[in-house]
Amino acid sequence: MSQAAIATSVPTPPRKPLWKQWLSLDNRYVPPAFITLILLAGQLSFGILESYERTLLAIATSIATELILGRIFLGKWMNLASAYITGISVGILVRSPAFWPYAIGAALAITSKYVLRFRGRHLFNPSNFGISVMLFLLPTSVAMLSIQWGNNMASMIVIWVLGSIIIWRLRRFHISATYAISFLVLAVIRSWIIHEPWLSEISPITGPEYQLFIFFMITDPKTTVRSRKGQCIVAFLVALLEMFFRLDQSVYAELYALFWVGPIALLVEMWLDSRRSRTAMAIAPLPAAAPVTPQSSLL
Amino acid sequence: MKRNPIARIILTVFFAGLIAVPVILTRKMPGHQTAADHFDTKAALARYGFYFTEDSKQAGIQFHHQAPVLDAKLAAIMPEVASMGASVSIVDYNRDGWPDIYVTNSREGSMNALYRNNHDGTFTDVATQLGVANVNQPGTGVSTGAVWGDYDNDGYPDLLLIKWGRPMLFHNDQGRGFTDVSRQAGLPGWMNANTALWFDYDGDGKLDLFVGGYYNENIDLWHLKNTRIMPDSFEYAENGGRKYLFHNLGNGRFEEVSAKLGIASRRWALASGAADLTGSGHPDLFIANDYGVSELYLNDGQRFHEVGREAGVGYSPKSGMNVAFGDIFNQGRFSIYVSNISEPGILLQGNNLWVPRDQTSGAKLQYVNMANALGVELGGWSFGAQFGDWNNDGNLDLFLTNGYISLDRNRSYWYDFAKVTAGNSTIIGDARNWPPFDGRSLSGYQEKRVWLNDGSGQFEDVAHAVGVTDRHDGRSVAVGDLWNNGALDVVVANQSGPLFLYKNHPDPANKWIEFQLEGTRSNRDAVGAQVTMYWNGQKQLQQVSAGSGFAAQNDLRLHFGLGRNPRIEKAVIRWPSGTVQTLDHLIPDQILHIREAQ
Repeated sequence: MSQAAIATSVPTPPRKPLWKQWLSLDNRYVPPAFITLILLAGQLSFGILESYERTLLAIATSIATELILGRIFLGKWMNLASAYITGISVGILVRSPAFWPYAIGAALAITSKYVLRFRGRHLFNPSNFGISVMLFLLPTSVAMLSIQWGNNMASMIVIWVLGSIIIWRLRRFHISATYAISFLVLAVIRSWIIHEPWLSEISPITGPEYQLFIFFMITDPKTTVRSRKGQCIVAFLVALLEMFFRLDQSVYAELYALFWVGPIALLVEMWLDSRRSRTAMAIAPLPAAAPVTPQSSLL
Repeated sequence: MKRNPIARIILTVFFAGLIAVPVILTRKMPGHQTAADHFDTKAALARYGFYFTEDSKQAGIQFHHQAPVLDAKLAAIMPEVASMGASVSIVDYNRDGWPDIYVTNSREGSMNALYRNNHDGTFTDVATQLGVANVNQPGTGVSTGAVWGDYDNDGYPDLLLIKWGRPMLFHNDQGRGFTDVSRQAGLPGWMNANTALWFDYDGDGKLDLFVGGYYNENIDLWHLKNTRIMPDSFEYAENGGRKYLFHNLGNGRFEEVSAKLGIASRRWALASGAADLTGSGHPDLFIANDYGVSELYLNDGQRFHEVGREAGVGYSPKSGMNVAFGDIFNQGRFSIYVSNISEPGILLQGNNLWVPRDQTSGAKLQYVNMANALGVELGGWSFGAQFGDWNNDGNLDLFLTNGYISLDRNRSYWYDFAKVTAGNSTIIGDARNWPPFDGRSLSGYQEKRVWLNDGSGQFEDVAHAVGVTDRHDGRSVAVGDLWNNGALDVVVANQSGPLFLYKNHPDPANKWIEFQLEGTRSNRDAVGAQVTMYWNGQKQLQQVSAGSGFAAQNDLRLHFGLGRNPRIEKAVIRWPSGTVQTLDHLIPDQILHIREAQ
């Protein structure tokens, strides 16, 4: 899933003691720690995982793929926080009686970062890509987490509050909030269109699948546009496309919506950057303007 | 990013391979039937050693189950809330040596049926004549299951009818009629039960009774006070019906002792089974719950202890709908088959085949789920299942029903189902929040599975090839040798569908033996007796059960397939009283009546 704020631009104070750095919410390891906390709390209280072995397989595959591909194509050992989140996301969200979908899904997710690139930037959120492809191509073997964590109000509130605090500190709360508000408004509209109880339309967002989606997937800094306004627009567009998928009764509407909107938004942003760059060069050809590929990291 | 073109090509090929390989793997998975599996009796006999023919009409059975129609407040989701009630039990109610069939109906005013075996392959419904047909009168609820047990040890099995409504106990008057003794027995006035079984939990020689509630017993589904009747979670619900353990006092009365003996769950029970799993001499209790984990209650002779988590069966919550015991590896230990929901791309719970872990036993018994490894994991929206040796080759096979609600073939309710069940308890728990069914199907028109055990740890689905092709919404499966010819026949009760009688035609070259046990110190039906058959250097364990599968009861007689030219060594019977009886010099292809040694 995501690399929410792994590459956050907030600098770490240089002189902070090590223990303070670790406790800082700006730490790049906070999202992995948070998702690990969710996993452990969910597993110990409700047994959310298909099995520990499957989740570990997804994590191990994800990390191994990142290490190998990073070494070969970037010539360095990659920081593994991103791969860990991708692996753990696949391990939580994919539901399959078999083992191999966990390995294939994780490998697909990481490999997509190295293959599906444009102007040095990967286009798809890795775990969104891996899970969407698995669900689309292998419905007989793979489903997705949708009904876990006890349908329980207390656990829902804890995750929403914790997630909101963390995502706020990571300067990405506006994305989650825009999406959540858009979803709720559009849910009421859907209810009005299809004449079904409005509570049934908002029901999905009260479940764990959406909590992971909102806090980890749509906030991924590497696969969202840069401007704050653009991020809000993209979050709204994801919710809007999701509405149409839902009207077509697509069970994994939010995943598929992000699958399409995310890359298109990035391409549009690159095109706009490119146009601005050309304009800037036409006005002042030398020295060169800012590079058109804003982020080349694979994180 | 390095620009090495060869590395880029390799990476792209690797990426394409990642996408392609699983698609290929899925297509090559074993156990999936193909269109080439046409039914041909000769081919089926040659290849699998048996085939089934659906002979209900020839047998004179024309029974069509009618689903309940509940309170109008539930009209929008009536197909779902009224999706159970079809059940079947096989019992020799008149002790003529030929198994009969009892079937439940579930609409107010509808009739249950008791098909008496005419010994010539035909059956006659005698339920009305004997007083066990008109049991679904308005105001008393409707039938959801029936189990037979000789609670007063007079030689004739009595009938416990469970209902969403008033449970009924009928005393069998020597096969000539039935008397409603529910009030004298002390049964509650109302429960919404889907599972029950007879067993002698305290070994006193009198059959006791377990009943598992589904909906809360305070709910009258025909007169709802409100619509908050649904589970408060799809996987962790604990607002279902209570459990009952009725101790047989021996004077026609029963005392409810569940809380006293350690059974206090409010999970939504759908199936149960009892067997001595630990070798303690006392029957343990396994409960498969909808919307939650399964429960395993070990019986130490004094009380029950729930050890589902410790044993490994109560950890991952699913939609348990079946409990069947079978010694599938011929090792003298029972595995347990629990059915769940599998819908491609949406919900892949997978059925569970709980196999005892090596080196674990007694109170430390643990199980591992081997359904995937053995090929019996994915059925569909699965309900009833039973083990039985269809081809008499000496290995226990498996018959599984699937299919939940078959309405409009082209429109599915799955999207709405997934939408609501994902939500918070306040949403899922109220029927008002559930989108209307509007004639849509939910995992409808699914095929049954006939899984053939090859004896080496693999099951193959041969349903099409052996003549099982119907797509009715199967619920209850019961097994018995209805023709007394050494072949295990299968009766399937379909929800809102016909009762199907699958007559079995095994290869006569394969031998068999059957035991009809009669307890003397033990309960007369010998419920709980375990027989271990030794032949050709192997052994197989079976037990007499009065309730298993989903809302079903198999014939009390035990059937062992022995394969070709068997060298029978012995059969060892462990009676519920603790008496161990060894039978030597057994000859195959016969039904043996064995009386417990005094």
